[in-house]
Amino acid sequence: MTVVAESAAQSAASAAHAVGHGAQAAYSVHAAPGSAYDAYATVASGTADTAAGLVQSIDWLAVAPPTLTAVTALVVLVADLFVPDRRKPLLGGAAIAGLLAALITLVPLRGDDRSTFCLTTDAGACSYTADRFTLVIQLLVLGGALLTALISLHESRKLPAGEYWFLLLASAAGAALLPASRDLATLVVALEVASLPAFALVGLRRGDRRSSEAALKFFLSSVTATAVTLLGVSFVYATTGTLHLGRIAGRLGEVPGPLTTLAAVGVALTLIGFAFKMAAAPFHFWVPDTYVGAPLPIAAYLSVVSKAVGFSGLILVAVVAFPSYGDVWGPVLAVLAALTMTVGNAGALRQSATRAWSAVRLLAWSSVAQAGYLLVPIAAAAYGTGAGTGAREAAGAGAGGLGGERIGSTVAYALMYAVVNLGAFAVAALVARTKPLNRLSDYRGLYARRPLAALALGFFLLCLAGLPPGIVGLFAKVTVFSTAVDAGLGWLAVVMAVNVVIALYYYLRWTAVLFQPAEEGAAPSPATPVPTTTPTPTTTPAPAPAAAPASITTPTPIPVMIAIALTAVAGLALSGAPQLVLRFANTSLF
Amino acid sequence: MIDISESVMQLLLALIVVGPLVGAVAALLPAPPGLRGTGPDQAVLRHGVTVTGAVLAAAIVLALGFDRDHPSRIQATTDISWIPALDVRIHLGIDGISLPLLVLTALLTFLCALYAYFKQRDRRRHAPTPNDATPADGPATTADSATTDAPAPADGPSSKAFVALLLLLESGMLATFAVLDLLLFFLAFEMVLIPMYFLIARWGGSEGVPGGRQAAAWKFILYTLLGSVVMLLGLLLIGLEAGTFDMVALATDNGRGLTTSVQVIAVLAIGLGLAVKTPMWPLHSWLPDAHTAAPTIGSVLLAGVLLKMGTYGFVRIVLPIAPDGMRTFAPYLAALAVSGIIYGSLACLALAKEGAGGDLKRLIAYSSVGHMGFVLLGIATMTPTGVNGALFANIAHGLITGLLFFVVGGVKDRYGTADLDTLAGATGAALYGRAPRLGGLLAFAAVASLGLPGLAGFWGEMLAMFGAFRPAAGLSRPAFLTFMVIAAFGTLLTAAYLLIVVRRVCMGAQAREAPHLPDVRNYEFAAWTPLAALTVLAGLWPAALLGLTDPAVQKLLAGGKS
Repeated sequence: MTVVAESAAQSAASAAHAVGHGAQAAYSVHAAPGSAYDAYATVASGTADTAAGLVQSIDWLAVAPPTLTAVTALVVLVADLFVPDRRKPLLGGAAIAGLLAALITLVPLRGDDRSTFCLTTDAGACSYTADRFTLVIQLLVLGGALLTALISLHESRKLPAGEYWFLLLASAAGAALLPASRDLATLVVALEVASLPAFALVGLRRGDRRSSEAALKFFLSSVTATAVTLLGVSFVYATTGTLHLGRIAGRLGEVPGPLTTLAAVGVALTLIGFAFKMAAAPFHFWVPDTYVGAPLPIAAYLSVVSKAVGFSGLILVAVVAFPSYGDVWGPVLAVLAALTMTVGNAGALRQSATRAWSAVRLLAWSSVAQAGYLLVPIAAAAYGTGAGTGAREAAGAGAGGLGGERIGSTVAYALMYAVVNLGAFAVAALVARTKPLNRLSDYRGLYARRPLAALALGFFLLCLAGLPPGIVGLFAKVTVFSTAVDAGLGWLAVVMAVNVVIALYYYLRWTAVLFQPAEEGAAPSPATPVPTTTPTPTTTPAPAPAAAPASITTPTPIPVMIAIALTAVAGLALSGAPQLVLRFANTSLF
Repeated sequence: MIDISESVMQLLLALIVVGPLVGAVAALLPAPPGLRGTGPDQAVLRHGVTVTGAVLAAAIVLALGFDRDHPSRIQATTDISWIPALDVRIHLGIDGISLPLLVLTALLTFLCALYAYFKQRDRRRHAPTPNDATPADGPATTADSATTDAPAPADGPSSKAFVALLLLLESGMLATFAVLDLLLFFLAFEMVLIPMYFLIARWGGSEGVPGGRQAAAWKFILYTLLGSVVMLLGLLLIGLEAGTFDMVALATDNGRGLTTSVQVIAVLAIGLGLAVKTPMWPLHSWLPDAHTAAPTIGSVLLAGVLLKMGTYGFVRIVLPIAPDGMRTFAPYLAALAVSGIIYGSLACLALAKEGAGGDLKRLIAYSSVGHMGFVLLGIATMTPTGVNGALFANIAHGLITGLLFFVVGGVKDRYGTADLDTLAGATGAALYGRAPRLGGLLAFAAVASLGLPGLAGFWGEMLAMFGAFRPAAGLSRPAFLTFMVIAAFGTLLTAAYLLIVVRRVCMGAQAREAPHLPDVRNYEFAAWTPLAALTVLAGLWPAALLGLTDPAVQKLLAGGKS
């Protein structure tokens, strides 16, 4: 009971509670009301002297990144009530400032592992840990949110500003909390905090049928997945009697005989929720429609931050909590990885250039495929060196061992992917301003109109494809390949090799379009005769007529340009010195 | 020959690899005042000539400074840690095996840049020549080819992009021969793909290619990428098992740190990737289309250098690092190699036949399949003789086929087509009569290509077959004797189709009312003479080349033992 009580206290104190009412309520049902209340009150009042047994000192610096983000979210929400309409852009500025501040707090945390919200009875079991893994993922998540915010500064004028920024920041706070959580309850709360605002963000374009449809689709499938995860968590809790990941790892090995099936089922079910977030193959179907329906920056956000939430949760659960069941989830994840990349690439390959929103659709499918690559090292973490040498022994080396090193490749790949994918979305947002339909054919001749943006997009796409001059993409793929080869997953490496070739086709096709001469006629031209009759039954209240005549003189949106410049510079710097991200690949992050 | 300090050599080699890369970026920037020339096209093409010229000069100085007394020693080495996480080091260096290829690459690229520059200038000077009507090749025709697709926004970006891609390509090619790290080799191997794709897809011609130049470009890049990704798996396997990606250390180890099963898998994977690039017979199908569709310059570099990257990989990586695995596959490799020789010759014979509608460029492409078959046969023997022959044939093929593609490009420019039947008409194209020098050069290149003693093509094929006569210990001699006989038969077929081509293109009755055909222009002489001269030189004085390669090959085959 103490376990549950104090985890309720932690989540109360953590940033999560600010927004995660629903989810928190859901699980504080377990808590003994009295003790939870006590802990809550002490933390809230900040006096750590009363009720000595239950009260802990909190490492505020360690929890600062998610907390600052959450606080900013609240400030923006409240300020929205008092700020006059013409000053609304200030809210965006505040949000960006908050994210920057949260990023800065990561700096002093480098170097040493900090833990807080530990059990008073066992200082080793903590609910919040800021180790290297946490910091890297927080950097990824907060940086991704910052770039999303930059891309959306213009877009958000069409949306309710206060709600938009509040939801974005709240989701980012949840995403930043997730990699730090080291118990299943906090993990699920963080997952929900990251997800619930995302549903609202997807559906934020009021009066747009596609937007609401996308949000509903996203919501229903996501909630189902979360329910399954909760069921799995409860099974695991039933068999082990603890929620802390480290303790679960210890106790799962000695589950009494009759309960082993329950434990295995619990392990499998828990992973499903995270696989869904990551858009792994059987759970990917929501992706294309959701990306197209959502505002473009939110699609970018989902493709990077939501994915990061998925794979970091998966890593925590699989590698930290369930290492002894590596022979269960290892092969499953390997198959899932192969399936995901194949399905994603097949979907991307099918996008016709003239279909409406085909650029976003292609990015959506490509993000599914990339999730497949991200899964490969996690699957490899279940295996020892060479083919089939006892998964249990290798995993027994623990999270700090081989598995911990292997998942470094996922982290390195994710960092690369985040930079270039957000960059690609930023250019897409730029193009969408003049060509709202965002078809692939709209990118024709981009080099003639905006040479730098075209070069940047070409570079991003080649990074995603993993071909020079996108050197960082190439080496990120090499690390993923090397984990697969090292783990003896030769078949998976070959499947991935074939997929890399398939992916090159659509990435390079898009790249080639950028540099083709522009079509005759400036505006929506006769050269593409069937732009409006493409099979899109949903008639959008297209802002196209307004935008088209002004397309030549549309002013360049500065924040989007900054986002493109930032990602391009980061991509180039990483190509020159891939070590910057790859250094995570071969070291233990926990 | 001349004494240059090691640090200067290091710098030169680094310059050779990095220079074109910097040049490629510079080509995209607007020209600084004072270097604007007569127009943006001219300025940027001149920039290309300058950069490739500087690289060639550096390569020649490097060759002069190369210590010929110890060609087996890796010289001008640079070894800097780049990505510690993956154990990737920027390890550059040259020995007797890579130096000739490095110089060949620098030379061919320079000649290509020169050819492009003067061709564009020539085009501007004689604006209304008959050539302009035909969208042929080269950067100067970008405007032409663009008009067939869509109106070009401007000529500037196209020539800019052309030069930038050419330099990027050069950097990748040179890096392939200069790096001594497996992953860096892979990087360089991949670096040539994107530039070559764009050269074919945007500056190529669709004549005689099923599906057009786009399809040819796709075939080229997807095929080669699939091969090289599989190769990466093999490289990773070797690197992870042996604990290092350093080629020198691995070669010294000579496969002792790797079990035979690992070697077999690794050779299979790496060999597949290299065989696609080379190309080996059943995996060659990307090559004819790519060569036919590519612009002249693209064909020259594709045949002259890109194919060599595959065979170089066999010599540099497969032979010394995984000898046991290579021994397992050597008979199969040799069998496929001689199949390629026969297949290439038969395909050429079929194309050269009257009424077959054969394209000259496609014919030369198929002849490359045959010639690379000799190279692979030499490598498969695993003897110093055979490998030396393979390396010699590599260089010879680069020179001769480069020249052939240049000359055929010239013919295509003049006639507006490379279709053999259209060219030859009823009796023959009568190039001897209408443009005697052009005809003479074509005949010279064809004769060199068929392996006439005294020209470069002879020695490599002879040594390769000689190696097959007595293959390395552990390889079946009867099998290799059979391969040798088949390969010798292949030389006869080669001679047959090349002579048919010469008869149909160079000879024939000259029609009286035929329009005037310009003979070899000065700039064409400038670009082609070095190749012809080197072909003769290599044929008459093979020791110059073999003296460089032989000690290095001996050392590679023996591993750390010598």
